[in-house]
Amino acid sequence: MSTIFGIPAPALYGQILIGLINGSFYALLSLGLAVIFGLLRVINFAHGAQYMLGAFAAYLLLNYVGIGYWPSLMLAPLIVGAVAVVIERTMLSRLYSLDPLYGLLLTFGLALIFEGMFRYWFGAAGKPYSPPAQLAGGVNLGFMFMPIYRGWVVIASLVICLGTWLLIEKTRLGAYLRAATENATLVQAFGVNVPRLLTLTYGLGAALAALAGVLAAPIYQVSPLMGSNLIIIVFAVVVVGGMGSILGAIVTGYMLGVLEGLTKVFYPEASSIVIFVIMAIVLLVRPAGLFGREE
Amino acid sequence: MRDAPLLEVRDLNAWYGESHVLHGVDLDIREGETVTLLGRNGAGKTTTLRAIMGILRRREGVIRLRGQDLLKLPLHKVAQAGLGYVPEERGIFASLNVAENLMLPPKVAESGMSVEEIYRLFPNLHERRTSQGTKLSGGEQQMLAIARVLRTGAKILLLDEPTEGLAPVIVQRIGDVLVALKERGMTILLVEQNFRFARKVADRFYLMEDGRMVGSFPGPELDAHMDQLHEVLGV
Repeated sequence: MSTIFGIPAPALYGQILIGLINGSFYALLSLGLAVIFGLLRVINFAHGAQYMLGAFAAYLLLNYVGIGYWPSLMLAPLIVGAVAVVIERTMLSRLYSLDPLYGLLLTFGLALIFEGMFRYWFGAAGKPYSPPAQLAGGVNLGFMFMPIYRGWVVIASLVICLGTWLLIEKTRLGAYLRAATENATLVQAFGVNVPRLLTLTYGLGAALAALAGVLAAPIYQVSPLMGSNLIIIVFAVVVVGGMGSILGAIVTGYMLGVLEGLTKVFYPEASSIVIFVIMAIVLLVRPAGLFGREE
Repeated sequence: MRDAPLLEVRDLNAWYGESHVLHGVDLDIREGETVTLLGRNGAGKTTTLRAIMGILRRREGVIRLRGQDLLKLPLHKVAQAGLGYVPEERGIFASLNVAENLMLPPKVAESGMSVEEIYRLFPNLHERRTSQGTKLSGGEQQMLAIARVLRTGAKILLLDEPTEGLAPVIVQRIGDVLVALKERGMTILLVEQNFRFARKVADRFYLMEDGRMVGSFPGPELDAHMDQLHEVLGV
């Protein structure tokens, strides 16, 4: 069997794939967090719960309504996005004039409520969610065996990240969003309905988290705590990439996922802390993050 | 009413937090007129513009545009009512290129200049349309800040110290642009410290001191008011 730096090659490729999968979710989630933070200046602690709600929406749609994976990819983000829009209109929007800490506390409280509710209803154990028939099974790539669904997740997340990036960098709506991130008052003074833009952005960020949740359901199982397990790492990703930087969130997400996977191969003991060690180093050397602008 | 002002400000008071910064400001601008607010730093000129735009929210009094009460409108509706704002700090967005900066403010009326007309008036902006907005020189940024609101079809331009910190040749160029806009019938409220610049375009002057209007006279009478001007401006 061939080896690379003394490690069997299939084990290495396997961990790189797992790293890419994890990185896909880091990228999708930190992207939404970065968009929300950039414009609303809210650290959305409910992001993990919104990811979990997306997965549960898919699970409930399948088991209670009989709606399968593909429609859920559309429906779950719409449902969770709509809930987020209501939350922004009725609660979050009242806090913008206050210290950012209040937005953080509100979203943290909401996350606890959502997680508590789903734990009460469904218990803490993970619920299985099968990948759709079209993506079941695997392929032998010659150097490793790859489950098709995992390949799909990596490709889908890349497409979603690219699509979101294009939306923000190349469209009129994206120009409003970038400009309002710099100076919301001036953009509103030009006649753009900024309060509505903020609502839309929060809804979009939450919908992205829910979409990640649906993609994750067949891989990680559906559980009320699936979001809180992930969200701490995602916050580290956002800090490393640079708070509010879209490109930073995407690139850092994949990069840290793969790095974490490689650490599992070469020095497993450090694999659960490697991301936080990198965060600490980045904060020391480049406090604004790898892609962040100094303010 | 032929002589009714396009923009009418009556007894405008405004506050920054607890501090009362505008004290009963009155101001009229008729259609097609260029009116200049003169005054020292801190006299309340910029504050007056910000209060009219609604960026400064804590205010009382009357602000009417063609009879429409602007005081009650949310900020984004004020631009839609027809006010085009060119802020003192210019407000060019670093994350947008020149063309994106130009296209940013939504149109409020069909009467605005086309992009082609704007690029004819400001050839530099066309040349640099793909550059990052804040990579432009100070003068170009000022041109962009003005060009940006010309596209929207705003009825009144609110220009806050467009010549500040710019080289004389650029100041000259901005003066030419204002004259051209005036000839097209644009209504302009100009805040300036440089009255030598303002006299070329102003139909009327208002003098401000300590958040109050302390004088007003037609443009051609500028020379007759030099003593008062020197006293108020401290030049």
